[in-house]
Amino acid sequence: MTEEHFIVALVEDRPGVMQRIAGMLRRRNFNIDSISVGSTEIPGISRITMTVHGDRLTLEQVMKQLNKLIEVVKVSELRQEESVVRELALIKVNVKSERARAEVVQYASIFRARIVDVSKQSMTVEITGDEEKLRAFIELMRSYGIIEIARTGKVIMARGARNVRVREMK
Amino acid sequence: MAVMKGADAVVQALEREGVEVVFGIPGGASIPLYDSLYSSGIRHILMRHEQGAAHAADGYARVLGRAGVCSATSGPGATNLTTGIANAYMDSSPVVAITGQVATPFIGRDAFQETDVIGITMPITKHNFQVRSVAEIPEVIKKAFHIAQTGRPGPVLIDLPKDMQEGVAEIEFPEEVSLVGYRPTYEGHPKQIKEAARAILDAERPVILAGGGVIISGASAELMRLAEFIPAPVVTTLMGKGSFPESHPLSLGVLGMHGRREANHAVTESDLLIAVGTRFSDRSTGMVSCFAPEAKVIHIDIDPAEIGKNVKAHIPVVGDARRVLARLLQVLAEMKRKGRSREWIEKVKLWKREFEPELDYDDVPLKPHRVIKEIMEFLGEDDVVTTEVGQCQMWAHCYMRRSKPRTFISSGGLGTMGFGFPAAIGAKVAKPEVKVLDVAGDGSFLMNIQELATAVENSINVIVAVFDNRYLGMVRQWQELFYDRRYSAVDLGSSPDFVKVAEAFGAFGIRVEKPGEIKDALKQAADSGKPAVVDFVIERECNIFPMVPPGKCLKEVIG
Ligand SMILES: Cc1ncc(C[n+]2csc(CCOP(=O)(O)OP(=O)(O)O)c2C)c(N)n1
Ligand SMILES: [Mg+2]
Repeated sequence: MTEEHFIVALVEDRPGVMQRIAGMLRRRNFNIDSISVGSTEIPGISRITMTVHGDRLTLEQVMKQLNKLIEVVKVSELRQEESVVRELALIKVNVKSERARAEVVQYASIFRARIVDVSKQSMTVEITGDEEKLRAFIELMRSYGIIEIARTGKVIMARGARNVRVREMK
Repeated sequence: MAVMKGADAVVQALEREGVEVVFGIPGGASIPLYDSLYSSGIRHILMRHEQGAAHAADGYARVLGRAGVCSATSGPGATNLTTGIANAYMDSSPVVAITGQVATPFIGRDAFQETDVIGITMPITKHNFQVRSVAEIPEVIKKAFHIAQTGRPGPVLIDLPKDMQEGVAEIEFPEEVSLVGYRPTYEGHPKQIKEAARAILDAERPVILAGGGVIISGASAELMRLAEFIPAPVVTTLMGKGSFPESHPLSLGVLGMHGRREANHAVTESDLLIAVGTRFSDRSTGMVSCFAPEAKVIHIDIDPAEIGKNVKAHIPVVGDARRVLARLLQVLAEMKRKGRSREWIEKVKLWKREFEPELDYDDVPLKPHRVIKEIMEFLGEDDVVTTEVGQCQMWAHCYMRRSKPRTFISSGGLGTMGFGFPAAIGAKVAKPEVKVLDVAGDGSFLMNIQELATAVENSINVIVAVFDNRYLGMVRQWQELFYDRRYSAVDLGSSPDFVKVAEAFGAFGIRVEKPGEIKDALKQAADSGKPAVVDFVIERECNIFPMVPPGKCLKEVIG
């Protein structure tokens, strides 16, 4: 059965590490829907969050093949229901009329989004949330005319006691 | 701690790793390295093509079980290495490749002979490094050898920008290195081993499938004990050939597309497959959906990613083959065994007798079978056979008995024509005291024939046995069988005269056309005191059988 899986990989922050990962995923024909990279609590270690579509076997292979890369320090699967999943999007919308402007501000406040830039022609909204929330908000914005969207890709963190950390680092 | 030049640090680091030989070709971007090699104790063997250097390092590594080193300059030198690196990667061979690179300030500017060798070799190396500071050289080299030789071995490339070779720094040689992201699992999980033992005791028709991992981990003795303890017949893959003596009553030889019928039959009818150190290549399994259809599969491998990749494992054991088998034997010895009927073993032995192939042909032109038979008689069990790729390789694979690990060296995963001869050179350098013979096709030999100069200049006296059918025979066979005999681009014509080519290079050359001459020709080649080419003129359209056609089950053998 194919479904969406979340994989978190902690990797050494070295030149080429993203190319190694991207190259491996392409070569082995794995389908990655979203990927995001950022730093972690440990200097020199980056955290990659990716969502993979596929059955259990595919998920296992992706994780094992990731683990085989020398610069990949740790690979974990996080289940959506046991985790916090967030994504940030910047959405620039057309707001030519006063009314449009007011409505966008209102929607933003309902969605707990923020207006981060305003011009005569447009407004840029920053919104954070899970996939559903972002989708719903973007749908609403479409009627005004979306000029640009920039999304970070998802990041995920297990709730409560479970952690994805590097055990020992020299 | 001492102040020294980067190139000197490289050479000293190599010496500390026990490197005795480097196979390579210098160039602009590696001149400083070669300057340091010049006054070192390391022997450099100048090859005539970098592909030859990589294959020679690979052959060397496979014979000795430790890293073989090759070197090339930047750009074309580095790209010429790539086939050899890919070959080593597919067959898990510990090759360390050192490439020169343009100086750091030139990188990214399309400088003369600049290539992104790091990018190019990412998918065909276990890991690669580009040196970014002179001071890190010893650590990089130590890591490279560690990665190449441990866990599941594989090639590692070190890219050395010219300014790193020329630069000077305080150099310290670390005793060991730690890699947070690299910790191979050696010990099998006790629970899994116990479960494997139980399955073994419960099985009625067990078969052991031994792959290259058995050879790499040095598990042949444990494998033998396990086979005799159960008792179970043993089949091997191409990479596993030699891990179990093919003269042993329990040996069924190789399985796969051109495997022995008895091996393919046994695997297909088995109820338990004990697979050790194999990645279940499609050439070994045939169609996966009908591979060992009735068997429970125990899969022992050091690479967790191999478990479940191609064939479902019911009892996976991740670990080093030798350690896992040793532990398994202990566990088995402690468990109560029930008597097992000998029916299975008897059946297998019957197949073995029934399918014993005829090799003793007297035909002219020669049958390859006869040549294989005489080569077998000519070689001792410690001598090394390498192969090229094609029918020649498969004749050796299927018919030639080998009894010891590391005495059958072949390009399994990549199927690289041109591998056998330079690999033979590497093997002979590794073990000068044994005979080394390359089972060659005429097409394959031409792909690295320039290495005759290397062999002659360095008195590396290997024997190339050319199975001369004037065809790209394996392709022709497929065209004959599956494409209505439409022989498209497979006829090699009459050029060259291999005897004259050999002589022109200063090697010994001899042509053999009659079966009665084979033995003497091989002896003359061995006694010539030179590298030798024996040109066996074989039946042009002789096919390699048995064969499992592509996309078929192991049992659907033709020929
Ligand atoms: C470098 C390379 N190119 C092409 C092939 C495809 N190929 C596989 S076998 C073969 C024919 C090999 O001919 P030869 O060496 O004469 O051996 P034979 O099959 O005739 O014994 C070819 C072209 C290959 N395996 N490797
Ligand atoms: Mg041929």
